[in-house]
Amino acid sequence: MSDVVEKTLSALPSLLSLDSQAGAGKLSPSSKLGNLIKGITELTSKHEEEKLIKKELAAIKEQVASPNTSMRQMKEIMVRAIYCEMLGYQASFSYIHAIKLAQQGSVLEKRVGYLAVSLFLNETDEFLLLLVNTVLKDLQSTNLIDVCMALTVVSQVFPRDMIPAILPVVEEKLTHPKEIIRRKAVLALYKFYLIAPNQVQHIHSKFRKALCDKDPGVMAASLHIYLQLIKESPESYKDLTVSMVTILGQVVGGKLPMDFNYHSIPAPWLQIQLLRILAYLGKEDQGTSELMYDVLEDSLRRAEMNHNMTYAILFECVKTIFTVHPKAQLLEKAAECIGNFVLSPKINLKYLGLKALTYVVQQDANLALPHQMTIIECLDHSDIIIKRETLELLFRITNAQNVTVIVEKMLEFLRMTSDDYSTIDLVGKTMNSVFSLGGDVMQPDIPNNFLRLLADGVDSVEDRRMRLFAVDSYVSLLQGETAQLPQRFLQVISWVLGEYSHLREEQDSGTIMRLLARLLDQRNTSTETRSWVLGAMTKLCSNPVSVALARDVCERYSGSLNTVLRQRAQELMILSQDTELRARVLPAEGRLEHLEVDSSLSFLDGYVSEALAAGAAPYKSPHQRQEDLAQEKALTLEPYGLSLPVSLSSCSVTDRLTDGLSPTLLSMSSGLSGNGTELSHGGGSTTLKLDGVKRVWGKEGYLAQQQSVEDAPTPPVQLPSPLLSPQRPPSQTQTPEPDQEKQQLASSLFVGLGSHNSVCLMGRAEPAPQHFRRKPRGGSSGASERSSDSSHSSRSAAVDNLLLSNLLDSTTVASEGGATTTTPQQTSQRTLDHTTSNGSPHVEGKEEGVAAGGSLSLIRGMVAVVLPTHTETDPQSDLHPAPHPAPALERPGDLPLTSHLPAELSGLARSELTPLCSDQDPSLALSACRVYKEDALVVLVFIVNNTNSTLHQMALQLTCKELEISCISGSPLKEVKGHSVSVCLHTVVMKRASVQVELAGLLSYQRPLGQPQAAQFSLSLSLKHFIRPLTVSTGEYGKMWLSFSHDLKQNLRLVTTEHQEPLTATLDALKSKLHLHIVDIIGSEGIVACRLLQGEGHGQPCLLHCRVHANTLAVWLRSPVPELPDSLLYHCQKALTET
Amino acid sequence: MIKFLLMVNKQGQTRLSKYYEQVDIEKRPSLEADVVKRCLSRKKEECSFVEYKDFKLVYRQYAALFIVVGISDTENELSIYELVHNFVEVLDTYFSRVSELDIMFNLDKVHIIIDEMIQNGHIVETNKNRILAPLLALDKMAEAH
Repeated sequence: MSDVVEKTLSALPSLLSLDSQAGAGKLSPSSKLGNLIKGITELTSKHEEEKLIKKELAAIKEQVASPNTSMRQMKEIMVRAIYCEMLGYQASFSYIHAIKLAQQGSVLEKRVGYLAVSLFLNETDEFLLLLVNTVLKDLQSTNLIDVCMALTVVSQVFPRDMIPAILPVVEEKLTHPKEIIRRKAVLALYKFYLIAPNQVQHIHSKFRKALCDKDPGVMAASLHIYLQLIKESPESYKDLTVSMVTILGQVVGGKLPMDFNYHSIPAPWLQIQLLRILAYLGKEDQGTSELMYDVLEDSLRRAEMNHNMTYAILFECVKTIFTVHPKAQLLEKAAECIGNFVLSPKINLKYLGLKALTYVVQQDANLALPHQMTIIECLDHSDIIIKRETLELLFRITNAQNVTVIVEKMLEFLRMTSDDYSTIDLVGKTMNSVFSLGGDVMQPDIPNNFLRLLADGVDSVEDRRMRLFAVDSYVSLLQGETAQLPQRFLQVISWVLGEYSHLREEQDSGTIMRLLARLLDQRNTSTETRSWVLGAMTKLCSNPVSVALARDVCERYSGSLNTVLRQRAQELMILSQDTELRARVLPAEGRLEHLEVDSSLSFLDGYVSEALAAGAAPYKSPHQRQEDLAQEKALTLEPYGLSLPVSLSSCSVTDRLTDGLSPTLLSMSSGLSGNGTELSHGGGSTTLKLDGVKRVWGKEGYLAQQQSVEDAPTPPVQLPSPLLSPQRPPSQTQTPEPDQEKQQLASSLFVGLGSHNSVCLMGRAEPAPQHFRRKPRGGSSGASERSSDSSHSSRSAAVDNLLLSNLLDSTTVASEGGATTTTPQQTSQRTLDHTTSNGSPHVEGKEEGVAAGGSLSLIRGMVAVVLPTHTETDPQSDLHPAPHPAPALERPGDLPLTSHLPAELSGLARSELTPLCSDQDPSLALSACRVYKEDALVVLVFIVNNTNSTLHQMALQLTCKELEISCISGSPLKEVKGHSVSVCLHTVVMKRASVQVELAGLLSYQRPLGQPQAAQFSLSLSLKHFIRPLTVSTGEYGKMWLSFSHDLKQNLRLVTTEHQEPLTATLDALKSKLHLHIVDIIGSEGIVACRLLQGEGHGQPCLLHCRVHANTLAVWLRSPVPELPDSLLYHCQKALTET
Repeated sequence: MIKFLLMVNKQGQTRLSKYYEQVDIEKRPSLEADVVKRCLSRKKEECSFVEYKDFKLVYRQYAALFIVVGISDTENELSIYELVHNFVEVLDTYFSRVSELDIMFNLDKVHIIIDEMIQNGHIVETNKNRILAPLLALDKMAEAH
C-alpha cells in the first residue's frame, strides 16, 4: 500500500497545475481557496509568504463582514483562515464567524465550523461560551451526525465551567443504541475527567458499564479513562485486573471483528493500551501480577510476525513484564526478545532495543552483558540518535568501576555536539550521578576535563544553559545531605558555583556562600576541598552579607595549620575587604578569556634585582640544589620524590590567583601541593587506574627521570593499558587494532556488572582480584601484536626453523612417530609463547611459567643431544638409534591391538594407534592410543612382546613437565609373557595450557637372560586433545564472559561451503576438530565455549566470540587462564587452514 | 502522549499541523521549521526517531511528504510510526490514491479524519471503517443537499 502512496505522491509536482485530480474535487483552482493554495505552493520566500497571507487576511476580513456571504462561502473562508493560522498568522477576527458557522451551517459547513473552533480556540477562550448553546442543541438533535459532531468538539475543547450544562445529556448518550455515539460520549467524559475530575466523580459506575460494552470500540474508549484512573491510584482498581487480562486475552486471541486488524494484527494499539494498564496494576504487587503472567506470555508468543507493529507490541510487553512483579521465566523470554531487537539490522528496532535495555537494566544491570559488543558498536554508530540512546543506557549502568570510561565517552559526545538540549540534559545528569558515584576513584583529569568543557567555548545560549543547569543542580545538591558526596565532586561543585553562580539571577551569592560555608564546617571535608571552597568564596564575596560571612570564615582558617588553607583564607580576607582589588584580580565577566601566562616571570625582575642587590642568594634550580645538598652531605629533610612538586607549590600569590581562573592549572597545583598523603591514598584504593595515570603521565617526562634513576633491570613492562585511549603512550599503539580497543572498551565499560555474581560453572572459580585482572592483558595484547607483526614473526620463525631442523634430525634419530609430526610452524609458535610469557613478568605465578618455558627448550635440547650420547655412554644398552624412521611395525598377527582396550574405555572416542618406538629389537613393539574421556585424556601404551620369552622387570615411566600424569593400570606392570600384549593406562591432564607438549616415555625391561634394557620414546600431545566442549546457556556465557580477564583477538579465515552459511560452516569445522560447543549463533555472530582439562575437577573454560566481518572471522577469546586463549587460537587457526 | 502532528513537504513547507498541547500561533512556524530541519537532515538509513527538546519526533516519509509526530518520552515510538502509516492508509482509501494536492485542497477533511483518530493526544480510533464513517456520512448528506 505504501508503495502506491509513495508513487502517487511523487507524481505531485506535475499535478499542481492540473485540476483533473479526483481529490481536488469540486474546488476549482479559480476559487478563492484554489488561488490561495496555488499561491502557497508557489511561495519562495518568507517575505512573499507574509505578503500573500496579509493580502489573504484582508480579503477574508472583508468577506466575513459582508452580509451577503453564504454559509457555503463561509465554509471556504474558514478553511482559508485555517491556512493562514497554520502558517503562523493570527486570524482572530474569524473566530466569531467559526462559531456562527457551527451554529447556522448545515452538515459539512457545521462540521467545518466546529473544526475551525477546535483549531482556533483553547479552553480558556471566552468565545467558547458562545458555543455552549449550539453544542447543547446539537447534542439533543435527532440527527446522529449532529450529535456526533457536537460530541467530537466537546471532547476536544470545551469550557470547564460549562460542563454541568451539558453533562446530563452526554451521560444519557452512554446508553445510546449507536455504538459511535456511546463511544464519543465516553471520550467526551474522558475529556471532562481530564479538565475537571470532580465533575464526573459520580459516573464511575457508568465507566464500568462502558468497559463491559458489547462494542469493542466503546470498551477501547473507556480504557483511556481507566489508564488515567489506574495511573493515579492503582490500588482502587485492582479488581479490574481480571477484566483487563480477559480483554487482552480476547484481543490477542483474535476475537475482535476483522476490521480492527491492522496488517492482520488484531487491534495492536488496543493491545498496547491494555499492556500499559496491566503494567500499572501489576507494579509492585505480586498477587495481581500473577494474574497476568499467562496473558503476557501469550502476547509475547503470539507476536511472532515480522512486522513493525508486532515489535511495537513486543516492546510494550517487555516493558510491562519488567514493570510488574518479576517472574523468572517471563523475564528470560523478555530478555531474549530484547536481544532480537538489539541485534536487528533494522535501525528502528535497534533503537527500541537500546531503549528497552535502558529500561530493564534498572532492574538488572547484568541484562546488558550479552549485548556488550552491540552496545560498543552502537556507541560509535554514525546515527547520533543511536549514540545518544546508548549513552543513556550506559548512564544507567554506571558504577564505580566503569565510571571513568563512561564519563570519557560522554565528554567525547559533548565535544561533538555542542548545541543540543538533550545533550545538556544527558550530560548534566550523568555528570552528577557519575561524580557522586565514583568521584573519589576517578582520575583527576576527568573532573578537569568536565570543568574545561564548561568553561570553554563561545558564550552561546547553550553554554549558558549548561552552566546554569550545573549551578542549579549543584545548589540543590548542597541543600541536601552533602556528607556522602565525594571530595572531587565537592571540588567541582565549588569551582562551578564560584564561576557561574552569577548566572542564576534569583540566587543571591549570600545563599551560595552559606552553602559553601557549611561545606567548610563539615568534618569529613578534606583540606584540598576546603581550599577549593575558599577559592570559590573569594570569587563570590561581592555583597555585604557574603563579606561578613567571609570574614567569619577567614578568622577561622587564617590560623589553620595547613599553609594552603591559610594562604587561601588570607586571600579571601584581603580581597573581600578591598572590592576594587577584587574586581581587578577576579573580573566577573572576563573569565572566558585565555590567560597568557608569563612563564619567565618577567614581572618579578625588578623585585629580583632589588633582592639580589640587597644580598639575597641567586636562584638555583631544584636539581642544582639537590646536587649542592649532596655535595655538602647535608641532611635532606624532604623526601626526594617531592622536590619538583614542592617547587611548584611555592609560587607567588598572583600566580595562584591566575591559576584559580584556570581549572586545570588549579587542580594541578592543588593536586600536587595540596595534600600528598591524600593523593597517594587515592592511589592505594584504586591501584589499577591511578597506576595507569602515573605511567602515562610519566611518559611525558616526570617518570622518565625515575626510570633512568631506577636503571630498570627488569624487562620492558607492557604498561597496563590505560583506560582512556587518548592518553595512550605512543609506544603502545604500534599496531593498534580497532577491535582490540573495542574489546578493551567493552571490558572496561561492563567491568562492574558481572563481577558480583560471576557464576563459575566450572566449580573451581578462581577469584580474580581486581588489581590482578588487568595485568596480564599487556601480555596477551603483546602476543597478538607480535603475531600480527609478520616480519617479526617470520624472522623468528626462520631462526626457529634453523634450530628445528637440527632438533628434528636428531630427534628422529632417537624416537619416531609422534615427535616427527612437529612442524616448524608449531615450534615457532611455541617459541612465541615463550617470548610472550616473558613479556609480561607481572603475571602471577610467572616464575613458574618462565621455568616451564625454559625447561621445555631444555628438554628439547636434551632429546636432541643427550639421547645419542646416552646410548653411547651406555654400551650395554640394546637401544640403537635408527637412522630412518621404521616404515612399519610388526604387529602380533592374530588380534588387533584395539581389542585390548579396557571395557570402560571402549565406548569413548579415541585416536588411531600410533606406533611409538621400534628399535633394533624386533621382538618388542610399542604403540600408543589416546582415549578422550570427559574429564581426562587417557593415554594407552600397548606393549607387544613378539618373542616367546617373557619380559620381566617391566616398568613404564611417562614424564612431562606440563602434564599431570597418573597411572591407572589395574595391576602394576611386572611382566609381559611371550606373544602377548600388555596395556598401560595413564590419565593425563594439562598443568598449564600449551600448544603442544612432548610426553617422554621410558620403558625398562629385562629379558630372561639378558641385561636390563630400556626403550625410550616420545609422544606429542596437542592442546586440542585436552579440549572438551563446555555446555552453557547464552546467559551463563554472558556472565562468564565478563568475569574472565585474559583475552585475545584475531581474525581467522572463514570456511566456505556450498550449502552452509560461512559462519556456521566455520564454527562447525571448529567444533568437529577441536571439540568446541557452539552456544548460539545469532546473525553474523556466534558464541562458542570449551574447557581445557587441567588439574583436578572439570577444567578451565575458554569462551570464543566469533563475528563475521569483511570475509574474515573475528574471533575473540576469553579465559581465566592466561595461556589458554593463545594456545587455543593457534589450534583454531590450524584447524581452519586445514579445512 | 502525542503533542503534535505535522505534514510537511521536502521544502519544509507545512501542509497540515495539529497541536494537542497549547503552542502560541506565533511560535509554531519556528518550532515547525526546527522540527523539519531535524527530520530532513536525517539519512535514510538512520532511525526514524529523533530526540528533540524534552520530547521525541517520529517521522515517516511518503515521497516528498513527511509526516512528523511529536510525542512524549513515555510513548511507544514504533506504535506511533505505524499509526502514521495507518493514517496514510486511511487517506489513501478516502482519496483513492492520496496526493499532496488532495491534502491541500481538502485540509478540512484531513482534519476531520485526524479528529477521529487522535483526541487530546491519545489514539482513539484505528479501525479504518470507523475512522471514515462520520466523514462519509457527511459527504453523503452534503451531496443530498
